[in-house]
Amino acid sequence: MRLSEIGIFLFFVNAAFSNNFIFSRFLGNCPYLGVSNKLETATGMGVAVVFVMGIASLFCYLTYEYILVPLGLQYLNTIAFILIIAALVQFVEMFMKKSLQSLYSALGIYLPLITTNCAVLGVTILNMNSGFNLLESVLSGVFGAIGFLLAIVLMAGVRERLESSEIPKAFKGFPISLIIAGFMSVAFMGFSGLVK
Amino acid sequence: MSTNAILYAIAVLGGLGIGFGLLLTLADKVFYVPVDERVVRVREAVAGANCGVCGYPGCDQFAEAVVRGEAPVTGCTPGGGASASALAEIMGLDNVDVEPTVARVRCQGGDGIAKDSFQYQGFKTCRHAMSLSGGPKLCPTACVGLGDCERVCQFDAIRMVNGLSVIDPDKCTACGACITECPNSLIKLLPRAATVTVRCMNTQAPKPANLSCDHACIGCKRCEKACEYDAIHVTNFLAEIDVEKCTLCEACVAVCPKQSITVSK
Repeated sequence: MRLSEIGIFLFFVNAAFSNNFIFSRFLGNCPYLGVSNKLETATGMGVAVVFVMGIASLFCYLTYEYILVPLGLQYLNTIAFILIIAALVQFVEMFMKKSLQSLYSALGIYLPLITTNCAVLGVTILNMNSGFNLLESVLSGVFGAIGFLLAIVLMAGVRERLESSEIPKAFKGFPISLIIAGFMSVAFMGFSGLVK
Repeated sequence: MSTNAILYAIAVLGGLGIGFGLLLTLADKVFYVPVDERVVRVREAVAGANCGVCGYPGCDQFAEAVVRGEAPVTGCTPGGGASASALAEIMGLDNVDVEPTVARVRCQGGDGIAKDSFQYQGFKTCRHAMSLSGGPKLCPTACVGLGDCERVCQFDAIRMVNGLSVIDPDKCTACGACITECPNSLIKLLPRAATVTVRCMNTQAPKPANLSCDHACIGCKRCEKACEYDAIHVTNFLAEIDVEKCTLCEACVAVCPKQSITVSK
C-alpha cells in the first residue's frame, strides 16, 4: 500500500480506519482501556501518542536505513527500536519541560506511559516490513496515531455515558468496556475493504 | 565474517546505548529547569500515591501548588497529620496553623422532621431522587437520606440514622469525597474546633421554611441579636456562623426557636 499508488487520502484512510491500531491490529489496548475514563485525559493521551509515533517513525527509519541495513544487522531491529523509543520519549519530555511548559503540563503524565505502548513499537516495525520510505513512514506513524486518538476519544465518550446508566452489576466497569470495545471493533470492520 | 557480525552487533547496540546516554545527560544539562527545592521536599513528604484526593492530577502538581501557596498544607489526606506537619515545617508555617477539619452535615431533616412532598419509590440514590420534581422533601435542600455519602465514604465514617446522614467525627478524615457526592451540597468541611454550627441550608422564605421542616432556619435573626461577637449573620433567610469570630459561647443555640443551631461533638 504505497503512497505513490493510492494517494495521500486513501493512505490516511488505510492507516487510520482500515488498519486502525486498536480495532484491527489490536495494538495499544492497554492505554486504550486504561486512560479512557474521561474525555479530557483520553484526548491528552491521544495527542501525546500522535506526537511520539510521528517522531519515533522518523528516527527508527533513519536508524534502520542508515545504520542497521548497511551493516547487515536487520535482526537487531526490535531491540534497537525499543532503545530509540525510550530515549526519544525521555528526550522529548525534557525538551518540553524546558521550552513548552503548557504542552508539558497537559501531556506530562502520559508521555512516560507511551514508552511502553506497543502501538509505537508496532508502527515502526510495520513501516519497516512494508518497505516504506521516509515520508511514508512518518505519515503512516502520524495517521495511525490519529486512528488511535479517534478510537480512544470514542471510547472515552461512550464510557462517560456508561457512568450514568444502569448496568447490571456483573457487567459494571471493565466487562462492559470490553464488550463495547468488541462492538466498536466490529463496526470498524466496515472499513476493511475500503482500500484495495 | 561471523566474528565481525558479533562485533558489529555489539558495537551498534553499545554505540546506540552510549550515544543516547550521552545525549540524555547533555539534554539534562541543557534543558535543566531550576526547581524550587521546596517542591522536591514537599513531594517527598506527601504520601505519593497520586490518588487525586487533593484535587490536583498528581502529587507533583499538588507539591507545586503548595509551594505557590495555592493548596493547603493539609491537602494530602492519605499522608495525614504527619505529612501536614512536615509540609507546614517546609513552608515555614507554625503547626498551630494546621487546623484539623472535619466534614459536618448541615441538615437535621431526618424522617418526620423534614416533611415529605411526595412518596419517592425510585432508585435508592439521593442523586436520582433529587432529579424528580425538586426532591422528595418539601425543603429543597434537605438530606434525602438514601445514603450516597455513606456509600462513597472509604473510612466507614457515615451512617444513615432515621433518614439522616450522620458523620462520626472520630472516623472522618476530611477527605471530601462525601462533599462532592451530596447532590444538595449539605456536607461542609469545617474546623474541628468549630463545634457550634447552623445545621440547616434552607434559604426558603420564613413561612415555607417553617412548614417544610421542624428544624429549618426561618431567618428570624434572634441569633444575630444574641451574638455579642458579631459572628452570626442572616442572609437569604439563613444564618451563617463566621468561624473566625465565633467564641463557642452558645448564646445563639439558646435563642434559636427552631433548634437549627446545634453543638456537635
